[in-house]
Amino acid sequence: MSMPLLTASDLVGGYRPGLPILHGAGIQVSAGEFVALIGPNGAGKSTLMKAIAGIVPIWSGQVELAGRVVTNTPPHRLAEAELAFVPQTNNVFTSLTIDENLRLGAAALSRGQAGQALARSYEAFPDLTRFRNVPARALSGGQRQMLAVARALLTSPKLLMLDEPSAGLSPLMVSDVFSRLKALVHDGVAILMVEQNVKAAFSVADRAYVLTEGRNRLDGTPEHLSAMDEIVELYLGGGGRKH
Amino acid sequence: MTGILLYLVFFLIVTLIYSIVVMGLNLQWGYTGLFNAGVVAFYAIGAYGTAVLMGPDRSTLIGGFGLPFPIALIGGMAAAGLGALIVGLAALRLRDDYLAIATFGIAISVQLVALNFEGLTGGAQGLIGLPRPLFSMFDSPNGFNLFYLGFVACMAALVYLALQTALGSPWGRLLKAVREDETAAASLGKNPAMVRLQAFVLGCTLMGLAGGLYVGFIGFVSPLDFLPILTFQIWAMLIVGGSGNTKGAFVGAFAVWGLWSVSGMAVSKLLPVQFQSQGGAIQTMLIGLLIVLTLLFRPRGLIGESETISRHAN
Amino acid sequence: MLFQVLADGILTGSIIALGAIGLTLTMSVLRFPNFAHAELITFGAYIALAVLGLTGAFMGPLAPLSFGLPLILATVVAMAATAVLALLIDRLVYRKLRARSKKMTVVFGSFGVSLLVRMSILLVFGGAATYYSTALQRAIRVGGLFRVMPDQVFTLGLTIIIVVGLHLFLKFTRLGLAMRAYAENPQLVGIYGYDSERVLRWTWIIGAALAALAGVLYGLTVQIRPEIGFHLLLPLFAAAIMGGVGNVHGAVLGGLIVGLAESLSIYLIPPGYKMAVPFLLLLLILYLRPTGLFGSAKGAVR
Repeated sequence: MSMPLLTASDLVGGYRPGLPILHGAGIQVSAGEFVALIGPNGAGKSTLMKAIAGIVPIWSGQVELAGRVVTNTPPHRLAEAELAFVPQTNNVFTSLTIDENLRLGAAALSRGQAGQALARSYEAFPDLTRFRNVPARALSGGQRQMLAVARALLTSPKLLMLDEPSAGLSPLMVSDVFSRLKALVHDGVAILMVEQNVKAAFSVADRAYVLTEGRNRLDGTPEHLSAMDEIVELYLGGGGRKH
Repeated sequence: MTGILLYLVFFLIVTLIYSIVVMGLNLQWGYTGLFNAGVVAFYAIGAYGTAVLMGPDRSTLIGGFGLPFPIALIGGMAAAGLGALIVGLAALRLRDDYLAIATFGIAISVQLVALNFEGLTGGAQGLIGLPRPLFSMFDSPNGFNLFYLGFVACMAALVYLALQTALGSPWGRLLKAVREDETAAASLGKNPAMVRLQAFVLGCTLMGLAGGLYVGFIGFVSPLDFLPILTFQIWAMLIVGGSGNTKGAFVGAFAVWGLWSVSGMAVSKLLPVQFQSQGGAIQTMLIGLLIVLTLLFRPRGLIGESETISRHAN
Repeated sequence: MLFQVLADGILTGSIIALGAIGLTLTMSVLRFPNFAHAELITFGAYIALAVLGLTGAFMGPLAPLSFGLPLILATVVAMAATAVLALLIDRLVYRKLRARSKKMTVVFGSFGVSLLVRMSILLVFGGAATYYSTALQRAIRVGGLFRVMPDQVFTLGLTIIIVVGLHLFLKFTRLGLAMRAYAENPQLVGIYGYDSERVLRWTWIIGAALAALAGVLYGLTVQIRPEIGFHLLLPLFAAAIMGGVGNVHGAVLGGLIVGLAESLSIYLIPPGYKMAVPFLLLLLILYLRPTGLFGSAKGAVR
């Protein structure tokens, strides 16, 4: 394995002082790797992602991105550090048109670069071209997710973090989104993804982390994890709780 | 009685009247989180309402019903409550900030009516020579003042006890629930807008009561007693006393009205005549500064804060 | 007579509109009604007066207007100074209060701030009404129907230019997009890679600069008094809410409606009650169409 692109270690943090949600969770993602983050509700998966993205305060522990310490860096600075984050909900501006969403998403780039990035984006997501002057509120759930991903890719990030990209989408849309993500990894983008749908996540991820109560519980390849009784029981339809 | 004692009686009466206004505001802001930027309006409506109902018949004026003071007082309170209902119904269904704007608007409008509707309010002169309750029973105005101090103290104590009872009742807990978590309160089947409207109207009715009590004391009303600065003075009293703390109303009213009176005396004694208006500006700045600094550095109020600290220490 | 009343209403309305644009922007981006916004208007008017006093009228007026280059320069200085004041107030007071859980605390703070600013102005400049220039202007007669002052025409023209400029700014610049975006979802702006502090900073700067400009224009066409802002506060809020909070075009139309209603009110009620007209409009709009006449989305800048 090459030098890790992202290393988050021993993270403790949360929204309110005195009420930590993360209790020492850590994660590593190598360049070009597809990593899934799974675990029960309330395990702190989204919080871990938001902490890395600079939205939830980290009280102790460290985040390193491409060899630079970026703990508690404000989100807009992380975008410059080639990390992009797509939240689970409210991940596009519904009062702005598609084009305006993309133009704002490319604001960190120079004007020339931004123009090229927008052109690339419309090429990769032809659906968006048709609706470019439509406010995002008029889009379907799947189209919004496409827009959110397209926006995140504008700055050509090395690491793309997605919080439950399949939430609220039809099975057909899910497989469409996941195959696009797979293609991105193929092109060299590393992906860290929170996913409730463990089967779907295992079908695309290179590696997965299982989080419980803000701590790492297990990690390994999908093959390795699928062989474990605990995982089968809890997440792969072995009679356990389903989310 | 010496002059200083006489002044003290006067000072205490006004302090107690203001403390009733502060208790009304506390119900709105401290317990329900409603921002009332037009306190003076409801105080003025109560005062003018009482004055019009109990005033002697005068050919030039509407009103002059000559009603007994207690009935006029209740009428004044009702008028203030009605004003609150009109504003509250418009503003409370929506965003919190609209109430601030609408109450600010009613304050300006009431001032205009007081100044311009001469047939009702006597205009800039106001209504003078109003009967004061039981005034003829006393040999001297000083005797009346002492009596009135006792009366106002009883009223303030009554309001205090009634509020404590109401806040301890299921309704009081509902207020808290609405303030803390509106959706949760709504899911309990309670209409948060209705609860907020009740608290707002009740608070404004108390302000109206205070206005009526003020008229009963001085025996006249004039627009000069209801300047916009009064709203800020009352707010300063509230935060000095600590919002959400009914007892603090008395301390806050005493401290701020004391500060205002002392600084007013200092201005009139120390500053040459041509700088008197600047002196007034400095007094007003003190109120503004008091509000901003307390909000920034003692958000629980000057008195409320120490209580909370000691509670933590236990 | 009617035409004169209409013309006066539109001219008053254009000043209200300028102030209301700044208010509606700050109200939707910063998410609270800033009661000290009106004091920024007063502050701007007086800074321009002070600068004019320092530089003197070193050039004659640009006929047929009553003012010349000196006032234009003074206005630019006033806009900059007012922006600095707004940023300072934000840094010292609002920033800390915005973090409080009780949302209205910052509104409360803005009342305290407005008292401080207004009284400081009163202390420094005194309470008497003044003017930028005492020179008499020749009114323009329009078709025998009504008369306007050249300064009033200038005010109207400038308002139109600013509205168009602001529209283009919000539609086509990154900062403008970011401001509209921030009004909808502040956190997402940072995730999009845009510095949200920058959005806040520029919202204050633009809002304050427009407020200062409104103050100078009010001083130019009416008079300069420490209560300018206090008296404009209600019309501004009425215009902003009528237009839909965050809606720039709505604020302009709202401003014109408030201005016209104020001047037409003389046919219905005694002139003493003119200041209550915005309040009545406000109540009416809150009862009938609380999201504004033009159906603004919640808090969105458009």
